[in-house]
Amino acid sequence: MTTPDNVRRALVAALACFAIGTHAEERFITVASTTSTEQSGLFGYLLPIFEKLTGIQVRVLALGTGQALDLARRGDADVVFVHDKPAEEKFLAEGYSTKRQDVMYNDFILVGPKSDPAKAAGRDILEGFRRIEAAQAPFVSRGDKSGTNAAELRYWKMAGIDIDAKRGSWYRDTGSGMGPALNTASAMNAYILSDRGTWLNFKNRGDLGIVVEGDSRLFNQYGVMLVNPVRYPQVKQADGQKFVDWLVSPGGQQAIAGYKIGGEQLFFPNAK
Amino acid sequence: MQDVAASLALGAQLVAAGDARLLAIIALSLEVSVTATLFSCFLGMPIGSVLSVGRFAGRRTLIVLFNGFMGLPPVVVGLIVYLLLSRAGPLGRFGLLFTPTAMVIAQTVLVTPIIAALTRQVIEGEWREHREQLRSLGASRLRAGRTLLWNARFSLTTTALAGFGRAIAEVGTVMIVGGNIDGVTRVMTTTIALETSKGDLPLALALGAILIAIVLAINAAAYAFKQWAERRWG
Amino acid sequence: MEHWLELDGLGLTEGDVRIVENVTLKIGCSSTAILGPNGAGKSTLLRLMHGLLHSSAGRIAWPRPLRQAMVFQRPIMLRATVLANIEYGLRLRGHPSAEQRRRALAALDRVGLPELALRQARRCSGGEQQRIALARAWALEPQVLFLDEPTASLDPASSREVERIIHEIVAAGTKIVMTTHNLGQARRLAEEVVYLEGGRLLEQTPVADFFTLPQTLAARDFIREEVG
Repeated sequence: MTTPDNVRRALVAALACFAIGTHAEERFITVASTTSTEQSGLFGYLLPIFEKLTGIQVRVLALGTGQALDLARRGDADVVFVHDKPAEEKFLAEGYSTKRQDVMYNDFILVGPKSDPAKAAGRDILEGFRRIEAAQAPFVSRGDKSGTNAAELRYWKMAGIDIDAKRGSWYRDTGSGMGPALNTASAMNAYILSDRGTWLNFKNRGDLGIVVEGDSRLFNQYGVMLVNPVRYPQVKQADGQKFVDWLVSPGGQQAIAGYKIGGEQLFFPNAK
Repeated sequence: MQDVAASLALGAQLVAAGDARLLAIIALSLEVSVTATLFSCFLGMPIGSVLSVGRFAGRRTLIVLFNGFMGLPPVVVGLIVYLLLSRAGPLGRFGLLFTPTAMVIAQTVLVTPIIAALTRQVIEGEWREHREQLRSLGASRLRAGRTLLWNARFSLTTTALAGFGRAIAEVGTVMIVGGNIDGVTRVMTTTIALETSKGDLPLALALGAILIAIVLAINAAAYAFKQWAERRWG
Repeated sequence: MEHWLELDGLGLTEGDVRIVENVTLKIGCSSTAILGPNGAGKSTLLRLMHGLLHSSAGRIAWPRPLRQAMVFQRPIMLRATVLANIEYGLRLRGHPSAEQRRRALAALDRVGLPELALRQARRCSGGEQQRIALARAWALEPQVLFLDEPTASLDPASSREVERIIHEIVAAGTKIVMTTHNLGQARRLAEEVVYLEGGRLLEQTPVADFFTLPQTLAARDFIREEVG
């Protein structure tokens, strides 16, 4: 007794259908960006506008800045849109892209328990950090090579604190994205540096609130780069460039400014 | 406990409302995992049969290997397939990364050892029972292996279900090779992971409840079908 | 008489157990019964002859290669219809499907179970399954049929039916070699008796002589005990 032929034929047909079905001719580009950009809801608002204009579908991989750049270094994305200028310039210098452009900025905020045990509240981020370290108050760090994490480490340095030497059990390095890190901070009632967009969309706040904001040093610059097609011929150069050009164009910049959560504008266009 | 009840209610609501995005996500989950399971059966069942009735050097080593690979960590499989399909990798030119096809490939890699190892076990029992008679009738080992696969079809549907269960429930593999792209490669498990990371735990739980309900429904249907088929075709 | 199967010093040892030892035998007649106490090695010898087991010593020679089939003590059926089970052997030999169908139905008819053709084989009774097994073997038109205690698991009525079929098979020209515990059956169906004890061949005697005047003491004691 062998498998009846019709059963075997049905299986082959099913497999063939699937193989064909997934390679439908769709025009799209792959953009590596950050979790904060996606989770703030910006892309959900912005991309349909671009798609309607050009017919190009934008597929977003939401990762940490470091991961996004590493992915682009392997050529697996066409465009990179992140917020860590030093890391982006390194990427540029390594030849993975030929041009970097400013697109917009948003800001970071220091979030912490409303009871503020370290008395860090105010408009000075460095002072806030110093007070947290002095009080050894629980602090959650993303520790994941993200733009936010890079900024956090810069603030410790600027505050004159060698965080590697000073860290103790109060400093929790979670190695995770913004959302999970906020979850952890909420559960531990700890301080944490976050971007405003993710915080506004975050639903599990527990006892946390904004502790420090408005310091100009908290401004977070976003840049966009097309992955070098000379390096990776498979990069969708024409369509990728269209997206880059649109972001810095008056139309794109206006769209960015148009995105609001609860009436509040999140991102401030500043392309030159 | 209140939260769980609230989430279950939310889950029921979402399904009843027939939210288009949710339905698309469920459909993709099923498409990917069912296809991967079919591929895995196509590959794994013959392998299992050969491992069972065959006699060749290295057979026992292979059996141990396949048994071990049943426990392949999904995240590791995802990583390996990612490196293969990456534009910087050997198969980059096919442009398969971050597509449902990549997810099917990765899940197939994950599930095939399970199907192979379990099939081997099933066919071993069949072989012990039928061996002398089949050889007396003149069946070669290869032929006997094929015959026994069909003969064991009822036990093997359970094997296929086990493979499917593993596929539909995993998140590590599809997250890495699919990228969880909204509208393109987002499936139930990656959505649950995303909503959890966004802090929307009630929604994540509701989606989890929906996923479990779907898997249970599929198992129940398969069981009923098996009972009916066994009664009809013994 | 021309011998159609020759065994020379045949032996099978497993570990340090000599299951079959130094069996030298030439078979020429058309129905042979292998008798002996439990553990004498009868079933093993049968399987060696049919090629299901490989000897560790000695050799088997078929002066002219003959088509073989075997029926076991417990009938083993595939999860399929009776007809499909019978056709399976024919399909293995490459017969076209119309031919398979024709021969299968004819064989099923000859064992007296035409109405069971489309029934699930595993749902048939033990006696029916054994007859189906015989039909399956017969459909292959074997020149030699090996039978290992074919009625040991059957009730008397089914046993009689099976014996009738075996008798017909022999009458139609197929040679048989069968093991059995049933001395009456051996007397009814066999032309000669091969007697084994402890894996060794002790006698090869025409059936009538074996039961009236066995050549060895061992055989004599065996018959006395079996008959009670």
